Amino acid sequence: MDIVVCVKHVPDAQGDRTFTESDKTVDRTSVDGLLSELDEYAVEEALKIAESHEGSTVTVLTVGPDQAGDAVKKSLQMGADKGVHVSDEAIHGSDAAATSLVLAEAIKKIGSPDLVLTGMASTDGTMGLVPAMLAERLGLPMATYASEVTLDGSTVTIRRDGDTATERIEVSLPAVVSVTDQINEPRYPSFKGIMAAKKKPVETWALADLGVDAGQVGLDNAWTTVESFTARPPREQGEIVKDEGEGGTALAGFLASRKFI
Amino acid sequence: MAEVLVLLDHTDGKLKKTSAELLTLAKRLGEPSAVFVGSGVDVALPVLAKYGAEKVYVAELPDAADYLVVPTVEVLAATVEQAHPVAVLLTSTPAGKEVAGRLAVKTGAGVLTDAVDVEAGEGGKPRTTHSVFAGSYTVNATGATDTTIVTVKPGSVAPAAVQGAAEQVALDVALSDLARSAKIVSSEPKQSTGRPDLTAAQIVVSGGRGTGGDFGPVEAFADSMKAAVGASRAAVDAGWYPHTLQVGQTGKQVSPQLYVACGISGAIQHRAGMQTSKTIVAVNKDEEAPIFELVDFGIVGDLFQVLPQATEAIAKR
Ligand SMILES: Cc1cc2nc3c(=O)[nH]c(=O)nc-3n(C[C@H](O)[C@H](O)[C@H](O)COP(=O)(O)OP(=O)(O)OC[C@H]3O[C@@H](n4cnc5c(N)ncnc54)[C@H](O)[C@@H]3O)c2cc1C
Repeated sequence: MDIVVCVKHVPDAQGDRTFTESDKTVDRTSVDGLLSELDEYAVEEALKIAESHEGSTVTVLTVGPDQAGDAVKKSLQMGADKGVHVSDEAIHGSDAAATSLVLAEAIKKIGSPDLVLTGMASTDGTMGLVPAMLAERLGLPMATYASEVTLDGSTVTIRRDGDTATERIEVSLPAVVSVTDQINEPRYPSFKGIMAAKKKPVETWALADLGVDAGQVGLDNAWTTVESFTARPPREQGEIVKDEGEGGTALAGFLASRKFI
Repeated sequence: MAEVLVLLDHTDGKLKKTSAELLTLAKRLGEPSAVFVGSGVDVALPVLAKYGAEKVYVAELPDAADYLVVPTVEVLAATVEQAHPVAVLLTSTPAGKEVAGRLAVKTGAGVLTDAVDVEAGEGGKPRTTHSVFAGSYTVNATGATDTTIVTVKPGSVAPAAVQGAAEQVALDVALSDLARSAKIVSSEPKQSTGRPDLTAAQIVVSGGRGTGGDFGPVEAFADSMKAAVGASRAAVDAGWYPHTLQVGQTGKQVSPQLYVACGISGAIQHRAGMQTSKTIVAVNKDEEAPIFELVDFGIVGDLFQVLPQATEAIAKR
């Protein structure tokens, strides 16, 4: 089973995430980055599948600036076999459409994997568009928001916990599958894993290696434009009451004053 | 006037409330056309006429609901080619976004997701408003392509009734092999709680780790106000409440008139799902809890004391 996991390096949500004034892109320098937590679930699932299918390889793929290499490194430490990092000045400011193009071309160059795994969304953009766009570009079937993945020969069945029903969805390989944070408990890299990762192969590719023209990606070629961004004024803290036996009554009083009851 | 396509969200023709919302937004941009995929269009027609749909493109595909999004994508792509709309509006659900992503690649149209408002911008193109980074920024964006695909969060606008012709246009779309590649092989309906839908509710009361697993007081308080009940991820991970009712970055994003957080600390990922609520109230026994930074009204106290007392006070009114 050859598996490719697409991962993203994102600004830490605990930091003060913001935009770059000059070009209105996400500021990726002032806040420390990390492997998107939601992609850890995809890496973990790939490793679990590989462990139960002898002869499997897990390749992690990321698109992003130099520091995005850290996302590959962390995945290798968790246990992935090899990494691919697509990095090119021209990619800066790319939207989901361009990112999915670069990912698709990189996946074609890696080979023809049986399974492409992704997280459910990034923790910064949170658009959740890239997996579907990638599937469309690769012309592959896709099962999304898996909270369980079962492989049987050339068929993948996923469980999806929807609002009104729990569904099982079947697709045949090769396919793209996105997983939720309900699917597993991602492992922490072990000391052994950290040491082993240093010897694992990581390839760095530029757009030219993929035959992608710079005119197809980047901020200037985005299909959408961010016009403006405004920091939301912090919410003014309202009245805080300490409960000394009458807290519930005070709460009901507040709700009545605002006509909620 | 330019056409604006609205993908209808329905079960056997019974429309979700968001369909009327999208038609209302579509009217601001041009001439609203609804796109109906599946069966049961007769049930939908009166509602579509009431909310201003001029045309209703109909693809009778009785088995579309058995497959994930691709049949819908192929129908929409064909309609885009035929109608050259200035925008395609969809609901910001996981399925809506998946349709949007695939449709974008198929048609070369830009996508804007999770809009909370849409208006006509320069050249009639949609100009959207989004709330990003857990609600800490507001972003305005526009499409740079002839057609722009926009997914809109539920509840972003109040549906406005305005008569439309709702003229039916039959679509005959030959589906590809890929269309029927992701099959829903089984579906177990979930039991309804009888409470309002979390993402559509006017009032949401959520419980967190502070409930210690006992949601009784949270539910009783919620029921006294006919509210929906939500949960933090800590409560969901502990197995106390279903994941479908989780509020936050990896759960539901809610924006009700009133949000009451009970025994929830207010982590950034939780805020991402509730920070845009109109009025926020918290009950937490730790006065340092970050949730208090957001509240219009906060009670520092034990939820097991405060909530039952409040419930009783509400019942007496
Ligand atoms: C990638 C990622 C995605 C995430 N997605 C989400 C998400 O979608 N939604 C989400 O909620 N979280 C999410 N989280 C988790 C988030 O970081 C927090 O861990 C979580 O929100 C904490 O839940 P909590 O507030 O219930 O628990 P805690 O942080 O443990 O807070 C419990 C609170 O209850 C109070 N308390 C205890 N007892 C009582 C009592 N008797 N009466 C009153 N108050 C009491 C305590 O003072 C405390 O403030 C995510 C995390 C990651 C990394």
